[in-house]
Amino acid sequence: MSTATAINKYQAYNFRFLDHLLAFLSRDNRSGAAPRLIVALGIPLAAIAIFLLLWSVLAAKVQTSLGQLPGPAKVWEQALVLVDEHQAARAKEEAFYARQEERNAQKLAADANAEVRIRAYTGAPTFFDQIVTSLATVATGFLIASLIAIPIGIVTGMSHTLYSALNPLIQLFKPVSPLAWLPIVTMVVSAVYVTDNPFFAKSFLTSAITVTLCCLWPTIINTAVGVSSVDKDLLNVSRVLRLPWLTKTMKIVLPSSIPMMFTGLRLSLGIGWMVLIAAEMLAQNPGLGKFVWDEFQNGSSNSLARIMVAVLVIGLIGFGLDRGMLLLQRKFSWDKSAITR
Amino acid sequence: MKAKNHLELTHVSIDFPTDTGPFRALDDVSLKIDKGQFITLIGHSGCGKSTVLNIVAGLHRATAGGVILNGREVSEPGPERAVVFQNHSLLPWLSAYENVELGVKQVFKGKKSRAEMRQWIDHNLELVHMSHARDKRPDEISGGMKQRVGIARALAMQPEVLLMDEPFGALDALTRAHLQDSLMEIHAALGNTVIMITHDVDEAVLLSDRIVMMTNGPAATIGEVLEIELERPRERLALADDPQYNHYRSDVLRFLYERQKRPGEELAPDSDSTAATDSNSQPIAEGDKTQENIALRVVSN
Repeated sequence: MSTATAINKYQAYNFRFLDHLLAFLSRDNRSGAAPRLIVALGIPLAAIAIFLLLWSVLAAKVQTSLGQLPGPAKVWEQALVLVDEHQAARAKEEAFYARQEERNAQKLAADANAEVRIRAYTGAPTFFDQIVTSLATVATGFLIASLIAIPIGIVTGMSHTLYSALNPLIQLFKPVSPLAWLPIVTMVVSAVYVTDNPFFAKSFLTSAITVTLCCLWPTIINTAVGVSSVDKDLLNVSRVLRLPWLTKTMKIVLPSSIPMMFTGLRLSLGIGWMVLIAAEMLAQNPGLGKFVWDEFQNGSSNSLARIMVAVLVIGLIGFGLDRGMLLLQRKFSWDKSAITR
Repeated sequence: MKAKNHLELTHVSIDFPTDTGPFRALDDVSLKIDKGQFITLIGHSGCGKSTVLNIVAGLHRATAGGVILNGREVSEPGPERAVVFQNHSLLPWLSAYENVELGVKQVFKGKKSRAEMRQWIDHNLELVHMSHARDKRPDEISGGMKQRVGIARALAMQPEVLLMDEPFGALDALTRAHLQDSLMEIHAALGNTVIMITHDVDEAVLLSDRIVMMTNGPAATIGEVLEIELERPRERLALADDPQYNHYRSDVLRFLYERQKRPGEELAPDSDSTAATDSNSQPIAEGDKTQENIALRVVSN
């Protein structure tokens, strides 16, 4: 029983090979599960093995000004180095705070009224700090975009007039590359966001707003389509019942457009994550993009391997974000069949 | 006095705008229906049966003529004319109970307490024998069960007129027979006026007090009205050998297959009405029917 629920849970993540692994491990289904496990687990693993093999063979043939193009082994080595560097930086930070505390304690012991200063540690951000920054930025940008786009999508889908009014603008801005927005956003943020004690860094706002600008469109369009394509019979039901506008919207229009809305949100988040890396690279704003750019400028013999680590991590995080949205969709949407891959 | 003029359609005509000018779907449909009568509309695909129903429901407005219910003209949809849709039209994200509740909350707001509403919803689910699935969602129950819930939702609005647009059209013969029996029970108990569209001759004869047979479109109208004077309650098994029943059946069949041949079927080659009356060419008139099964169910049961 518990195995069965566990299997269902993993199906929600859509990891097919995990299903099969669990089916294999569960006792009631051992006979048929073994061959399926081999197929489901074996094929992706074989593909990954072939990819790694081709990578190491082909990379060895490319000589760059930064040395040989790194193969998988070198990249793995650098991944471990990045972890070590992060741990070293943390240890340094802790030591710094420990020293500061000790010094302040001594000062206070000598003179109870002594002025004690607490300074923040200012070491360079590690790879993992950059990951956290990027995630926070994309989350902020995506959240702002969703809060704007969903209501706009709903009213656009419900009103013909608004749709005609907004559609040309949406179509115009939808294909614009984030990099074109970036200079404008940077200048506007610098001009508008002027405070003595900023809660957010300007660079953070610039990146987040750029992400927002690119995340808006898929959500608006898909929400509007979802709202406007509510089954006519269901709307007739609401007419026969003489449902008030608000009830109709809350009980019929919104639930029925939720699957489309989530499709839009998933597209938006995917675009947002890609946009963010590019924006960080171009604007030198903290985050994974800056890490890549810094390594590129740094030009040591390890730089390419470190960039490749970043590339893989960016891919993994993008995948994780998409799965996360899928999970949310499964939780909130009534239409389980609409969710595929 | 009131019973005589319960529901009245007077010279109802409707035009739908098309690219080539207005298309007259219905022409001069007049019908008087007494309170508690069970009426079926029968006719070939595209003859405007659904349009008649939608006009009574208030979902369409007649171009000429009008509908009067209890002395008041029908101008918009309302819960006193509840509709059972062909494809059930339940909200897929709500349970059977919640689907019925949506209507009950709207109709009895301020008239029934919460407990009374709950009781009323359960009562109506009971009426269609769906109490066991009250918390199931539409995708978890069969087609026949969905249609039962659809009927419960309509009945729970306590309508004066129950409008049913081919409610059993998409169901298999056995399920259909069960639902017909349920419907007869409910009609006997509640005495609502019912207008039902069907393609099924047996269904029409079994259920109706009157069968309204419609001519083919365009400009479809009422061809013939057949009074069914079989005693109620009716038993489908007993009726199968009843000469009177079979006489009614053959009357309807003769109307449908001799006097109103299906367009495109054995039509004279010089006929110009083929294209215009093809069911595909007038999607507005018949709604979005995915399947139009003209069923000649000679073998009932």
